[in-house]
Amino acid sequence: MAEYKLLTKDFGMDGIQTLAVYERIGGYEGLRKALRSMTPDELVAEVKTSGIRGRGGAGFPTGMKWSFLPKDVHPRYLCVNADESEPGCFKDRALIDENPHQLIEGTLIAAYAIQAPIAFIYIRGEYHDQRLLLERCVEEARAAGYVGRDILGSDFSCDIIVHGGAGAYICGEETALIDSLEGFRGQPRLKPPFPAVKGLYGKPTVVNNVETLSNLPHIVLRGGAWFASVGAEKSTGTRLFCCSGHINRPGTYEMQLGTPIRELLEDECRGIWKGRSLKAFQPGGGSMQVLLPEHLDLPLEMDAVQRAGSALGAGAMVFMDETTCMVDVSMRLVDFYQHESCGKCAPCREGTYFESELMHRLEAGALTPAELSTLTDICDNMNGKCFCPLGDTATWFVMSAYQAFRGEFEEHCGAGGCPVKRRHAAMAVA
Amino acid sequence: MSVLTPKTRAEIERQRDRYPHARSAVLPSLWAVQHQLGYLSPEGMKEVAELLRLTPSEVEAVASFYSMYFDRPGGRHHVLVCVNVSCALRGAEEIVSHLESRLGCPSGGTTADGAFTWEHTVECLGACGGAPAMQVDHHFQENLTPERVDAILDGVRGAPAAEGPAGRPHRSSGSAAQRAS
Ligand SMILES: Cc1cc2nc3c(=O)[nH]c(=O)nc-3n(C[C@H](O)[C@H](O)[C@H](O)COP(=O)(O)O)c2cc1C
Ligand code: FES
Repeated sequence: MAEYKLLTKDFGMDGIQTLAVYERIGGYEGLRKALRSMTPDELVAEVKTSGIRGRGGAGFPTGMKWSFLPKDVHPRYLCVNADESEPGCFKDRALIDENPHQLIEGTLIAAYAIQAPIAFIYIRGEYHDQRLLLERCVEEARAAGYVGRDILGSDFSCDIIVHGGAGAYICGEETALIDSLEGFRGQPRLKPPFPAVKGLYGKPTVVNNVETLSNLPHIVLRGGAWFASVGAEKSTGTRLFCCSGHINRPGTYEMQLGTPIRELLEDECRGIWKGRSLKAFQPGGGSMQVLLPEHLDLPLEMDAVQRAGSALGAGAMVFMDETTCMVDVSMRLVDFYQHESCGKCAPCREGTYFESELMHRLEAGALTPAELSTLTDICDNMNGKCFCPLGDTATWFVMSAYQAFRGEFEEHCGAGGCPVKRRHAAMAVA
Repeated sequence: MSVLTPKTRAEIERQRDRYPHARSAVLPSLWAVQHQLGYLSPEGMKEVAELLRLTPSEVEAVASFYSMYFDRPGGRHHVLVCVNVSCALRGAEEIVSHLESRLGCPSGGTTADGAFTWEHTVECLGACGGAPAMQVDHHFQENLTPERVDAILDGVRGAPAAEGPAGRPHRSSGSAAQRAS
């Protein structure tokens, strides 16, 4: 089965970033339909019927999230999470680059559903050109009456503010995002209270991912029941999978949920490069556990991948060929978490530091077997004990790789260099 | 005396009035300062504090948390190379060594002629599909080879200093946790 293009259908179309072209292909009809013929409650019900689950990582049902807002507490706010910084993920950038008005329309539909007078799009600082594009598109939409007062002659008003971050992965975590948006250091808050009850400026707030919101125009136009018929039973719709690493054709591919991972790898990514074989892959992004060739027949379905010990997370797929050193990969991911730890809690702040130190010495072949066992100790003292999931997930890949490739980790001890790289360099010469 | 131009101050005031609470304008205001000065000087941050009715230490505490704000001047152009997994799998280290020898300074350094400050980063830039990737003055450059890197650097070397919030960078930033201490 090939790609199933719902959100990506118009990618690559000439001028799709302009309002004129977006309108010509039916753009903003979903918003018009919602405002003209649906009450906010009906809209929430429709999104519940669709079964859509959040695309930001945790997979929480979107309609249910919206219905947690306390009745009659106003104002409420919508935050669009465009902080995309999970290693291996680049789908939200594609959704912005290739169809920015689709996201803006989805944002307005969500804002109407929860009756938010302002929606903030929090976009990571590195997406500088994407921020400028969104700002231009919001102004275009405002001039045409889609943003601002009494949208399309209804009594619903909503402003959109595009807010640029400044380099901090943790600001993708919803409460850290809110802190950052309020003008503070982006550090996570204790939950509960959840943002739905007490979020931005202490008001009820919904945080949704770019891809989640980009689905809404389609759900409104074609109906929740139709959407629920696409994909798998408990993972409805499609998802954009960000495929990278040792494959012939890296890129984002939109697949119906439930499709076997093997089809994504073989048909879309065109297999592993250089005629080599697959050693391991990481679904979900840098936070998730390693999977092996034997897992290729799993469906792209949130619960199935979770049962296999990993997760679809934010939709990344990083494929690694037979020459890959799993210690090196683990080291880079651990370095990332060490760099991005916000410093709020000790297990994460200190743990990632020790992890990184050990992994560098292991990759250099300078660790003793006794020291290697402290790696497990450190991870045990982090996982489940950190203030937010950043610290927990800083242990997931490395621990799963240690389990699956124990011999390779042990072989590094005292090897005076990376034995895997040495082996493949020797093979390349031979 | 003000170190910020009337244009920068007006931009900060515009940002301040956009939000329900003025404090939300801290990040955009710091971008405006960096855009003008190339980095965040103590004087620049003090003016942001005045305009947003915060204390200078409140503004500095925010600024020091975020890795894209520069705390000292750097080269006219900024090169940021990703060394996270997807880029490493497709040759990021080769790009890093190439930059090191071509620019003649280690990661975090500035070239002798002041044209470039470059650094490698473990932060995935969101360009893994075009790995190995880098950003030059905040614009993506993907599918890099040493030859392509040379062509890109030659292209920007003569160009004026970075437009937009890029500004001129400082030396390599530490981890957020280090910045917290
Ligand atoms: C450390 C960390 C980083 C996160 N980064 C992102 C991110 O970049 N983008 C995103 O949409 N969600 C991210 N999330 C998940 C958000 O907290 C939140 O669940 C999500 O934005 C909700 O949107 P959804 O329900 O539409 O998926 C992150 C979570 C954690 C713990
Ligand atoms: S790993 Fe380099 S851009 Fe994602």
